[in-house]
Amino acid sequence: MKILVCISSVPDTTSKINFTADKSAFDKNGIQWVINPWDEFALSKAVKLQADGTTVTVINVGDATTEPVIRKALAIGANDAIRINTEPKDSFSVAKEIANVAQSGAYDLVLCGRESIDYNGGAVPGMVAQLLNQPFVNACVGLDVNGSEATAIREIEGGKETISVKLPAVIAGQKGLVEEKDLIIPNMRGIMSARSKPLTVNEPVNTEVKVDAVSYDSVPARAAVKMVSPDNLDELVRLLHEEAKVI
Amino acid sequence: MAIFVYAENINGIYKKAAFEAVSYAKAIAEKNGETVTAVSVNPTDSSDLLYKYGADKVINIKDDGLKNFSAKAYAQAMNEVSDGNIIVFPHTTDASSVAPMLAIMKNFSLITNVLEIPESFAPFQVKRRAFSGKGMMHAKAEAAGVIVTVSQNAYGVKENVASGSEEVKDLAVANEDTKVISHEQSSGRLDLKEAEIVVSAGRGMKGPENWGMIEDLANTLGAATACSKPVSDIGWRPHSEHVGQTGKAISPNLYVAVGISGAIQHLAGVNSSKTIVVINNDPEAPFFKSADYGVVGDALKIIPELTEKIKALKG
Ligand SMILES: Cc1cc2nc3c(=O)[nH]c(=O)nc-3n(C[C@H](O)[C@H](O)[C@H](O)COP(=O)(O)OP(=O)(O)OC[C@H]3O[C@@H](n4cnc5c(N)ncnc54)[C@H](O)[C@@H]3O)c2cc1C
Repeated sequence: MKILVCISSVPDTTSKINFTADKSAFDKNGIQWVINPWDEFALSKAVKLQADGTTVTVINVGDATTEPVIRKALAIGANDAIRINTEPKDSFSVAKEIANVAQSGAYDLVLCGRESIDYNGGAVPGMVAQLLNQPFVNACVGLDVNGSEATAIREIEGGKETISVKLPAVIAGQKGLVEEKDLIIPNMRGIMSARSKPLTVNEPVNTEVKVDAVSYDSVPARAAVKMVSPDNLDELVRLLHEEAKVI
Repeated sequence: MAIFVYAENINGIYKKAAFEAVSYAKAIAEKNGETVTAVSVNPTDSSDLLYKYGADKVINIKDDGLKNFSAKAYAQAMNEVSDGNIIVFPHTTDASSVAPMLAIMKNFSLITNVLEIPESFAPFQVKRRAFSGKGMMHAKAEAAGVIVTVSQNAYGVKENVASGSEEVKDLAVANEDTKVISHEQSSGRLDLKEAEIVVSAGRGMKGPENWGMIEDLANTLGAATACSKPVSDIGWRPHSEHVGQTGKAISPNLYVAVGISGAIQHLAGVNSSKTIVVINNDPEAPFFKSADYGVVGDALKIIPELTEKIKALKG
């Protein structure tokens, strides 16, 4: 079986988010880049499925600055990697590149994270599925593959649903796809071998975008906190009732 | 032209997010002189509920092939019935799985997680959530048609009664790629993303045995319960309650954070809550910087007392 795992390179979760002075772009100064946390669950799951002769390829749509993140994915256990040499512009253009690779490589399973924590589009996985005309299961918290079928557990509002899916298919995962404690942390051997694993760089095939980022705003600061003594909870109740009008 | 809305239902019952999406579509329709057509798959609830928020027309797709949810089959159904240039979805898990597939089918722009009604229509431009709530983006659609998903609790549910009419359709959509094997729903729990009030607790609660008081407070307030990431990682609470950058992003009217430090990753998922109350025994806890009201003290003593006082207020 061939699995393609989509990796997005995102600002580390502790990053303060700033924009350029003219607000036209995200300010990348001083940012540490990491594998999108949800993609890490997908990647660890794919590597765990490798046992039976399965190969795992990671794909990233990004310029050369994302290569350290791709090497980390290889160190976690992917067999090889493909980078599409372009700065991602919108969900559609990214989905087009991924679908193109998935199609020509005849992958049985495309695994994604449900959303990237930078642009929060949550759109690439579903778009890839439709571009490939394959079934799509989102928000997966469990996955098993048996032959030409997968069994996926997806989160639904207030519960879970177990679904069988015909392969090839696109699955978007989140925490639970593997447990947090089962996320693979690269060891020295992984890091060393990642250096010699194949990383192919392809030029983009598509230039169309469907959504433009015009400008960005920071989140307005909250007014100073009002402190209430623990001995005067009546005051807290009064404030919530009369001032904030939320209870 | 009509603005189409995906009115999501769960087991036939409309979600609050469906009413919010209809309210949002109505606000657009009023600006554009258009009408609102809400589409729902196998609802059992009355269409009157959608007219109340401004739907001029409701299309009820009655289709056995769509008995179980499938993103692709539902996108196909939406594609068949909606022939407008603006389609509104709520940003629920299911709806935001359907919307990207539909965007490809229709060759439309897709703008997810929108927070407000559009700033302009030609071009279509709207403010959306980005960077896990640490920033916002003004996004412009390049295609002739656009699909938006409305971030839950961002626009709100607004009554605006229309005299609607209903059409029932059977599409006979085939759904062969996915099959539901089992379905587990924990009943009686308030949906975290829809809740107006959320009571959330962190490692400061010391252990799962102390969650009874969090649930009492939540029940008294009519609130959903949530938790920080370490709490669900240790297994004190289910994953589905974890809020934050890597959990659920929520924006209730009131967020009560008990024994949660307020790490940047936690804040990322809750900082768009309208009012934030923080209860923590450490006066230096970073969360106080992002709170509206704060109490420094022992949560295990404060929570039961606060619950009693709120009960008294509610009579
Ligand atoms: C990649 C990544 C992603 C992450 N994503 C998320 C996320 O989505 N959501 C999330 O929540 N975290 C996330 N985190 C973790 C985050 O950084 C913090 O570790 C976490 O939010 C802390 O949880 P906590 O406040 O419950 O626990 P702690 O940090 O242990 O803090 C507990 C708080 O309780 C207070 N306290 C202790 N006893 C009492 C008492 N008796 N009464 C009152 N207060 C008391 C303490 O003063 C302290 O402030 C992420 C981390 C990483 C690395």
